[in-house]
Amino acid sequence: MTIYNIYIFDRLGTLLYYMEWNRQKQSGMSKEEEAKLMYGMLFSIKSFVSKISPHDPKQGLLCYKTNKYALHYYESLTGIKFILNTDISVKNVRDLLQQLYKDIFVEYVVKNTECEMGQPIVSELFQNKLDQFIKQQQKILQ
Amino acid sequence: MGIYGVYIVSKSGGLIFNYDYNVPKIETEQAFSYPLDLKLLLENNRLLVSFGQRDTIKVGHVLLAINGIPVSGRKLEDGKDALDMLDDATNYPLNLKFGRPKMTVNEKIFLASMFYPLFAIASQLSPKPRSSGIETLEADTFKLQCFQTLTGVKFMVIADPTHTGLEQLLKKIYELYTDFALKNPFYSLEMPIRCELFDTNLQSLLEQADKTNININNCK
Repeated sequence: MTIYNIYIFDRLGTLLYYMEWNRQKQSGMSKEEEAKLMYGMLFSIKSFVSKISPHDPKQGLLCYKTNKYALHYYESLTGIKFILNTDISVKNVRDLLQQLYKDIFVEYVVKNTECEMGQPIVSELFQNKLDQFIKQQQKILQ
Repeated sequence: MGIYGVYIVSKSGGLIFNYDYNVPKIETEQAFSYPLDLKLLLENNRLLVSFGQRDTIKVGHVLLAINGIPVSGRKLEDGKDALDMLDDATNYPLNLKFGRPKMTVNEKIFLASMFYPLFAIASQLSPKPRSSGIETLEADTFKLQCFQTLTGVKFMVIADPTHTGLEQLLKKIYELYTDFALKNPFYSLEMPIRCELFDTNLQSLLEQADKTNININNCK
């Protein structure tokens, strides 16, 4: 029951924020490159999902799992994308991501006049709150 | 409900087998008056709804027929131009049929080869060492389960999100593949599978899987 890392992208694919907690393997490239690869992969998966879906998709991609980790995806209607990598046994991550968007992102980034839209988030308050939120969730999940 | 389709992708990423099991048909036919409250867009040689979604007609649906005459590309079957016809107020009321676009074989091959790099990147971006590629991909309308054999062939099944036991089903499909495709003297590796026995056996397997799954869900 662990949370590995989080990526937040805006609607144009800019990496707004990255944080890792228990990451055991680095991808062997710079953070910028990794973010581009991640965004590109998700962009392709999204188009893949909308084409292959037998019914009309609404939210589209929810998550994918490999044998070692699960990637959970949440996109707000404004195109802000939250990507959370966890253990494969973790459940109900969607609610968690929604809560994270509502209680942390909107409160401490959108309502913060210092934070410029489309720029990486540097607010220390947001970083602390996010860290707190994830650590608290990790305790609940255990 | 149930299973929607099976795909087999070769080691090099080409689609070698595809079977649509029960893909739902989503179509609606309605009478429209002038002016049309839908915005249509010509994309990939199809007329797509780009704005003006309502209950049964969704963004992304394509125009299939006007007054019962099928539309292909932007042309009607009788040679008239569909967009000109829709723009002309004297033609109304018109009976338009919209539906979710059906995947062409080319699109399926394209999607199968698209899955290949996604599978590889997913394992590269893993936060944990020695991760495999994507095993299950969940969306709100379907679930994709992928099984890669040791020889690199990928078996994929697309099913309803509530469907269980897909891993066992894929192992069984692999078994059928080894029995009926690989042991067929007329089958060459990496080439599309055209074996009648494989088709019939796969179909009965899928029917069985669908039935047992419905039973399991009813018991719950």
